[in-house]
This record gives sequence, structure tokens and C-alpha cells, in this order.
Amino acid sequence: MTAFDFTAVVWILSFLAGFLGALTGLGGGVVVVPALTLALGVNMKYAIGASLVSVIATSSGAAAAYVREGFSNIRIGMFLEIATTLGAILGAYLAGRVGTHALAIIFGLVLIQAAYHSFKGSLGNDVPAASDALADRLRLGSSYPVDGKPQEYGVRNVPAGFGLMFGAGTLSGLLGIGSGAVKVIAMDRAMRIPFKVSTTTSNFMIGVTAAASAGIYLSRGFIDPRVTMPVMLGVLSGALLGAKVLVHARVRTLRAVFAIVILALAIEMIVNGITGKV
Amino acid sequence: MDDRRLETIIGRLLQTGVLAAAATVLAGGVLYLVQSQSGHVDYRSFVPGSPSLRTLSGIVLSAAHFQSQAIIQLGLLLLIATPVARVALAVVGFALERDRLYTVISLIVLVILAFSLIHAT
Repeated sequence: MTAFDFTAVVWILSFLAGFLGALTGLGGGVVVVPALTLALGVNMKYAIGASLVSVIATSSGAAAAYVREGFSNIRIGMFLEIATTLGAILGAYLAGRVGTHALAIIFGLVLIQAAYHSFKGSLGNDVPAASDALADRLRLGSSYPVDGKPQEYGVRNVPAGFGLMFGAGTLSGLLGIGSGAVKVIAMDRAMRIPFKVSTTTSNFMIGVTAAASAGIYLSRGFIDPRVTMPVMLGVLSGALLGAKVLVHARVRTLRAVFAIVILALAIEMIVNGITGKV
Repeated sequence: MDDRRLETIIGRLLQTGVLAAAATVLAGGVLYLVQSQSGHVDYRSFVPGSPSLRTLSGIVLSAAHFQSQAIIQLGLLLLIATPVARVALAVVGFALERDRLYTVISLIVLVILAFSLIHAT
């Protein structure tokens, strides 16, 4: 394959990944890695390096829009980033030690979890009105707009959420993904934070988490400019377009289709990991 | 200065950083394709590239000599810097709000990020 063909094909694939990732809220990273490794035979380490960088681009690029909506909570985000960044450093170290086949299998398992999560969506559980003692001392509770009026919410189970966030950070550093699904579980399910606040705060955190492993990735040579350039530009432009279309799209069907695609990719990743082809 | 205003400023800064990074990567990418469009590429096996593309000083030095791949890396470094700048701004913002607890919390995050980025120097 010539350099020009490779760049063009990777740009198109990444654009589609970014577009669908923004529409479905699953992020582009989860499809970029299997697309690069399975379709184009790119080494897993280059693929996760390029994916990690594109994760930062979409997170930072969308931040202004999320802030405008008034859902994200900067205190919750900053406090939990202590856990995700520490996890991300551990994950990035492990990525250099774990073999490529094992990485592919772990990636496949995480993809299955992401697909399952996108089918289920939010539980829509009751939002506690008051924080528990620790969350209160950390002043994590806040308010968010419901039908134009500010609605107060409290936060619970901070240690459990903090622990899950460490795990989310480790996965992010190990696999070069945003691991938004795990972050939302930590906030929505464990800490009982409203779903909208959880998803937007998670998006805000993803960039900082990824930046913590990026330095280690760069020094190890995982971030190859020739592979990362079309991935970063493609995912970013796809995500920006996706965010524009989002308001008009019927997301339910799309989410289901995307989840099936992810499931298929997951199985192929695992099979290729076991047979040693990736 | 309140949380809302702080977040708006930070959000704008992030967007500007990402656009500047994308423009730099695009410029380096165009240069790279002009120079080596018909050359064959194969990324099947992993080879950690030369230090000029893996260290901060190497990247800056090579980009100053208009090496296309180093210009791309420079843009990517700029991109990696945007969330770091976000945390640094939050430290300043919380300090202006006289919120000691969250000034310390954002400082801890900043130190962790600095630890990781030291690897790239």
C-alpha cells in the first residue's frame, strides 16, 4: 500500500468512526482500533497510540458545547480525575509489558461490555436530593437544568465511584480508548449522579485521562505521526459533524446498529488475538 | 468568577487549542504526502521510531528544520497540551474563587500529568 492510499483509507474510516461515535455517544476510539488492526493490518501498538490521541481531540473539541448546556460538573470531574489519571499511568505502563495478542483479547472483551452498555442505556434511577457525608465535605452536589429550571442533586458512594474511575483510567491507558462507558457506570450507577450530568462530565474527563498516558505512549513510540495524522484529523472532523447532526437524528436505531457492529468487531478481535493474527 | 464562567473560559480555550493542533497536523500531513506519497508503507510490526519523533526536544528541533513527520508530532503535542492547560487554568480559577480544597485537588491532578509528560523529555 502506498503512503497516499493508506492515509486516504484511514482518514475515511476514522471519519466514519468519529461520526458514528458522536451520534451514539460511544466515542470513536472503540471502532478505530479494530478498523486499523483488522482491516489494514496495523500493529496494535500503533493503533492504540493513534486512537488515544483522537480521544483527546474529540473530548477537548466538544468541551465548549457541553459547558454551554450547563450539565457538566467541574468539581466532580476534577476530583475523580485524580483516580483516572493515576489509573491511566498504570495502564500505559502495562500496555508496554502486555503482549499484542493479550491486548487484542482484552480489547475485544471491553468492546463487548461497551456494546452491552449501549443496549441497556440508563437505569433512570432516582436521583438523591442530598449528598452523603463524604460527598458533602467534598461539595460534589450541584444543580442542573430540568425543563429550564435548576434541579438540585446530591452525590453518594464516593469511594466506590473513585475505585471504578481508577479502573476506567487503567483501561484507557492500556487500550488507548476513552472508556466513557465505565466512567458513566461509576457516576450514574455507583454515585447516583443524574445521567446527563454523568455523560457530559465523563466527556470532559476523557481528555485529561488520556493526556496522562499520552506522554508515556509518545516516549515508547506508540504514537507514529504517519498513522496518527489521518486518524486524528478524520475522527475530529467526523465527531464535529456528528455533534451538528445529533439534534435531528433518530439515535435509537442507530445505537442498536452500531452496537451490533461493535459486537462483531469484538468477536473478531478476540478470535484474532487467540489465533495470533493481530 | 464562578464555576459557570470558569468552565466557559476553559471550554473555549480547549476548542482553540484543538483547532490550532489540527491545523499544524494538517500542514505536516500535506508536506509528508507531497514528499512520500508513492512510497510503500507497512505497519505490521512495531518499531519504536527515532528519538527525534519521541522526545519533546527532538520533535521541536526537527520541526524547526521543517521535517514533515516532526511537524505532525508538534501538532499532536499541542493537542496533548490542551487538557493539561485545562487543569492548570482550573487551579488558577479555583484559587481566584478562594476555594482551597479544589485548588489543591486540581494541583494534584496537574502534578500527576506532569509526572507522565516528564517521560517525553
